[in-house]
Amino acid sequence: MSLLTALSASRLAEAVRKGEVTAEAAAQAYFDRIERLEPTIKAFLAVTKETALDQARLLDKKRKDGGKLGVLAGVPVALKDNIQVKGVETTCGSKILKGHIAAYDATVIRRLKESDAVIVGKTNPDEFAMGSSTENSAFQNTTNPWDPACVPGGSSSGSAAATAARLCAFSLGSDTGGSIRQPAAFCGVVGLKPTYGLVSRYGLVAFASSLDQIGPLTRTVEDSALALSVIGGHDPLDSTSAVNAPQATVPIPRDLKGLRIGLPREYFIDGLDQEVEKSVRSAVEVFKSLGATVVEVSLPHTKYAIASYYIIAPSEASSNLARFDGIRYGFVDRSASTLEEVYEFTRGAGFGPEVKRRIMLGTYALSAGYYDAYYAKAQRVRTLMARDFKEAFKQVDLIAAPTTPTPPFRFGEKTDDPVAMYLSDVFTIPSNMAGNASLSMPCGLSAKGLPLGVQLIADAFQEERMLSAARAFEAARPFPVLPEVLP
Amino acid sequence: MSVSDDDVRRIAKLARLRLTDDEVRLYGGQLTKILDAMTELSALDTSSVAPMTSVLGAVNVMREDVPRPFEDREALLANAPDRDGPFFKVRKVRA
Repeated sequence: MSLLTALSASRLAEAVRKGEVTAEAAAQAYFDRIERLEPTIKAFLAVTKETALDQARLLDKKRKDGGKLGVLAGVPVALKDNIQVKGVETTCGSKILKGHIAAYDATVIRRLKESDAVIVGKTNPDEFAMGSSTENSAFQNTTNPWDPACVPGGSSSGSAAATAARLCAFSLGSDTGGSIRQPAAFCGVVGLKPTYGLVSRYGLVAFASSLDQIGPLTRTVEDSALALSVIGGHDPLDSTSAVNAPQATVPIPRDLKGLRIGLPREYFIDGLDQEVEKSVRSAVEVFKSLGATVVEVSLPHTKYAIASYYIIAPSEASSNLARFDGIRYGFVDRSASTLEEVYEFTRGAGFGPEVKRRIMLGTYALSAGYYDAYYAKAQRVRTLMARDFKEAFKQVDLIAAPTTPTPPFRFGEKTDDPVAMYLSDVFTIPSNMAGNASLSMPCGLSAKGLPLGVQLIADAFQEERMLSAARAFEAARPFPVLPEVLP
Repeated sequence: MSVSDDDVRRIAKLARLRLTDDEVRLYGGQLTKILDAMTELSALDTSSVAPMTSVLGAVNVMREDVPRPFEDREALLANAPDRDGPFFKVRKVRA
């Protein structure tokens, strides 16, 4: 029955709805695969096999009794471990939340359940979604399914690896500076960062609230659109949820004739790996052959993206992570004798090195005397970056660019140098800063057989146009399929 | 600019983080390097640019001011390391 795990989520849901396969058989096929491959991939922090099989059997019974199943009928889904699933541990990959059981469902989880998806587990992230390699997880390193010596990217590391290795039909991640798109590129799957406000953040553990968005990691573009149609839409429980966002729909392939695609000059720079550049340029030729016109555009403030992001995101994180105090969740350092010590000891022992580094950086940037020079300055630069995109989208419908400056790198390659690690996000950060829609999809393999990604960027709420173009690309140039090289 | 050990200790105090001496030295060096990489921002003239306050110009959302009880209070309290019935229990404020 391993053929079941080769189906797209869209096709599997259709098969379950029609009664061609049972939800239980589909779930069991994925759990068999998890049992076999998880010791190598280490994508999961929790596998919810029993509740998933119970849920699948309930769906099968509902169908047998004449009930109508939802658009994700029996589709096994994995969730990044910073998204709350009631009754299941949420750790964010951090020791400070070890043992913390979610008291409620995130809005995206409620919507997945209402669509009859089956939740198979929680995936390993970099701690509090801070990282690009999973090396910042307090618990384990997830490996890249294409080569276990390479990182899967991050911070939605387990979600990307599980989706690529077919340990789930699709997954959800979160993207603050590229944390969906960069691991999607490294693992050879489709990673979508929706427009800020399109998907509710209720139940997502906050990292940088003005940048965070939840989005799907899928093996096909159609699945990305399907997942977005389920999780997107206004939510009164998130005050930043967009009120009049267009209803996300499943796009149909379309003629690209007349579509204008821009190549940002500032993304094709020294330091861009030649294999990545060649692969992205060849993807652009595919778009041309489908009828798109391609012009150069300029996003002149791109070079300030990393510096401004690494002020804004840590500043917001230092504020958001103040809630982890040893009083309300999971871990506490019991050697403390006063309240003040409870805070300091618990946080000192509970947070890992990168999280502490960012809390320190953010606290510094927000502290008296430095606020204007750092935080306010970075927010001014952010205004300029958003303007860059507004200008570019007067000339073009979509922007095409590399997702990452390099192919997947090896474990240990960048752990000693935070600034080198931060540079992994140079092409993905600008879309978070401007709040617009963006995705990464596979555009080829490196000479070593590792996945490479091309990024599409669209103006706010233009997901349908972006996904339609991506789907036309996928039809013309099918994505590389992970070979069965694993035990 | 260079971030001294005293700077690191002052920031760590503000952030309620207990750091070891090794961590103080490590973060001092790393913060110096990271802040150096950020000085490129000061070269950019932003005197006529407003800081971004809302990424897509969100409008204020209002709702009726009525309490909405959380569905499962016990599940929230169950996560506390120390509790006293329906209360979170904390250590004494002064030693």
